[in-house]
Amino acid sequence: MIRHLLSAGDLDRDEAIAILDTAGELARATGRSVKKLPTLRGRTVVNLFYEDSTRTRISFEAAAKRLSADVITFSAKGSSVSKGESLKDTALTLEAMGADAVVVRHSASGAAHRLAMSGWTDCVVVNAGDGTHEHPTQALLDAYTLRHHLSDGAGDLQGRRVVIVGDILHSRVARSNVLLLETLGAEVTVVGPPTLLPVGVEGWPCSVSYDLDNALTGADAVMMLRVQNERMNAAYFPSAREYSRRYGLDRHRAELLAPDGIVLHPGPMNRGMEITAEVADGPRSVVVEQVTNGVHVRMAVLYRLMGALPELESEAGS
Amino acid sequence: MVPASARVLDAADIARSVSRLSHEILERSHGSRDLVLLGIQTRGVPLAHRIAGRMAEIESTTVPCGALDITMYRDDLRLRGARPLDVTELPEGGVDDRVVVLVDDVLYSGRTIRAALDAISDLGRPRAVQLAVLVDRGHRELPIRADYVGKNIPTSREQAVRVRLAEVDGIDEVVVEG
Repeated sequence: MIRHLLSAGDLDRDEAIAILDTAGELARATGRSVKKLPTLRGRTVVNLFYEDSTRTRISFEAAAKRLSADVITFSAKGSSVSKGESLKDTALTLEAMGADAVVVRHSASGAAHRLAMSGWTDCVVVNAGDGTHEHPTQALLDAYTLRHHLSDGAGDLQGRRVVIVGDILHSRVARSNVLLLETLGAEVTVVGPPTLLPVGVEGWPCSVSYDLDNALTGADAVMMLRVQNERMNAAYFPSAREYSRRYGLDRHRAELLAPDGIVLHPGPMNRGMEITAEVADGPRSVVVEQVTNGVHVRMAVLYRLMGALPELESEAGS
Repeated sequence: MVPASARVLDAADIARSVSRLSHEILERSHGSRDLVLLGIQTRGVPLAHRIAGRMAEIESTTVPCGALDITMYRDDLRLRGARPLDVTELPEGGVDDRVVVLVDDVLYSGRTIRAALDAISDLGRPRAVQLAVLVDRGHRELPIRADYVGKNIPTSREQAVRVRLAEVDGIDEVVVEG
């Protein structure tokens, strides 16, 4: 079992499936009258959010609370970070307060890795999004949602065709998803304008296309990415209208999917930009389910990481 | 004391124990009305189904039967680490106002049952909770006892009691090792 969750690439097939299976059983537990489980009673989870986030932060908070952990939420606004406190000083403070796990979101790629590997803290570190690098729990909840619809909620995603569309360059969701879906045996195609595909994308374990209609035909699922205006300080495409026409998902395009094909979006959606409201609210859309699944997947991640044994780790490390 | 690696119950012994447990539970409860059998994962579940099956033969009524996974209620997460979860499945009608009989293979420290009692209280409010085990091997660490015991097997703490059931292990036997 791994110690931290920093990259979706850290998960091998067995570990990924173990997390998804655990999430599946936890999902069943939330249908009952008492939703809370006592598993992490007396443990402290710190949500360390240096970057704005609503659903990921709330999702982690709900996940930790349903496992009875104490949750301290720390967002950069209104904290000493705005006074210039460094990641290191914040980490030392958390360590001194006795945190057991840190869920970190940061605008710098590699921040979670730095926190985990620096020796500043002994906490379990969960990457909740670092810059344009990775967002592994989003990939896990997407995989959970895909598995629920495409593989009856069991096993892997062998041979399933998944298309990821949009701003691949700035998307940590895309990076994590490509890695995890590959591990689970899915065939992934990334589609976007050439300006929004990263250098070296041909080395990723997926195929690349500029033609959305062609890629969508017969695919089992499409994952639309948000056009991230806040990360675009240069013009990556001529106009919103042109982007929408070439890479937006409307009803006509959604019909190109396999008969039971589904539409995912990590949210928040720019309706009318990368996805029309008709598709976002349509029968193929599983966007709301993704949010629900996110809580269960994050519960599973916290349970498995915080339940890892320190003794076994030191043996493995020595 | 039992000698090393001895088979203490064979398939016929287990069948007799299950039969006797079924009779005792029915006798104590004055019939099967309001009874719910809840097997503790893993081997308590097939045992609960066997008891339900035997009760059906005796009383020709169906006793609802479910499965309880107590992994998330254990108190040894720090010692034994995260384990894979199993299915928790309540019979239709739940446990509210029912007499729940917990079924497990071995009663030892009592910690599993402590966890199961916590789990049940999160699932509903039974009228009463009772405990049926195939083997009681002693060495309790908590003030917990079984209402129905298939077989008392005195052991030392160094020994291991292995219950094997056909549904899980392909064979019916109870072996004491070490």
